[in-house]
Amino acid sequence: MTPLDVARAAGAAVLGIALAAGAAWAAPRSGIDYAGADVRAIQSDDAQNPGMLWVDRGRALWSDGPRPCASCHGDAASSMKGVAARHPAWSTAARRVVDLEDRINACRVERQQLPAFARESEDLNALTAFVATQSRGMPVAVDVTGLAQPAFERARDFYVARRGQMNLACASCHVDNAGKRLLAETISEGHGNGYPAYRLEWQAVGSLQRRLRACLFGIRASLPPEGADVLTELELYLAWRASGLTVEAPGVRR
Amino acid sequence: MAFARIQLPPSVKRGDAVEVRISIRHPMETGFRVDDDGRTIARNTLKSLTCRYGDREVLRASLGSGIAANPYLRFHITAVASGDLVFEWVDDAGEHGDARAALVVAG
Repeated sequence: MTPLDVARAAGAAVLGIALAAGAAWAAPRSGIDYAGADVRAIQSDDAQNPGMLWVDRGRALWSDGPRPCASCHGDAASSMKGVAARHPAWSTAARRVVDLEDRINACRVERQQLPAFARESEDLNALTAFVATQSRGMPVAVDVTGLAQPAFERARDFYVARRGQMNLACASCHVDNAGKRLLAETISEGHGNGYPAYRLEWQAVGSLQRRLRACLFGIRASLPPEGADVLTELELYLAWRASGLTVEAPGVRR
Repeated sequence: MAFARIQLPPSVKRGDAVEVRISIRHPMETGFRVDDDGRTIARNTLKSLTCRYGDREVLRASLGSGIAANPYLRFHITAVASGDLVFEWVDDAGEHGDARAALVVAG
């Protein structure tokens, strides 16, 4: 190796680092931009988007029962606007980070005096999809400071820690290899702004936590139960990563 | 608990071709799948779907196991007079469902 080669190699390495850093700080790209034209067509047309069936059901639940959501919150179009964009958020009542599903269930138990919906139940997903739809087009903007900060930092560490039999971290695919192919699929950046989303694989609307568990299953890691703090905090970290992307609920994904 | 969404143009003129779109919440179970215990999950598809417009039946379909869950159908009718489009369906489990939407025909 001549001195010139060494200098070139060093220059290439510096350039490589600069490019990698540039890539890491590039504006986030929504999962829908990684999807095929067929999936994009379904999401962009409410008449075709099967997720709207859940939204309709959620709208019915909104005014259902002796003490419906609407009796306090009125018209969801104004009262729920922006709510999905700022969740997950720290709850002073629960003293933990809560996601939109938790928030709806808390209201249900404390204000409506009804039993909480089971996680991943059709009713909870429908009501969450309905509430989330009111924030459509608004940029995701969660608060990760103050009391939420320790949770945020735990989730950030979780995101980069390798786990499972495949020994993969979230970042191994969604940061290092976003845009590349995994068999027939294009790996996305793993943003949650489309959730609750209709996944063609599920043939149903599911929560972001269901998607996270599916990812953990895929890398053969242990599965935290639905609603576990580790998943809710990870949702918070993902929302922070997706800052500026707009809420797409109900999104359509493969 | 099957329910549906129907999409029609807000207003049409007599004689126009009208695009009718409907999506129906239904599992469309194929009958080819097995549950965690290895038992076959019974087939449950929409064996009959009809659409009436006024006195006339304008669509009759039998959706088999090749159609995915939550089927979405799109077809055209000729606008004759204002009236309801009435969809009715029956699945293999014998459950009936229906949905309707008003078509407003101007002129």
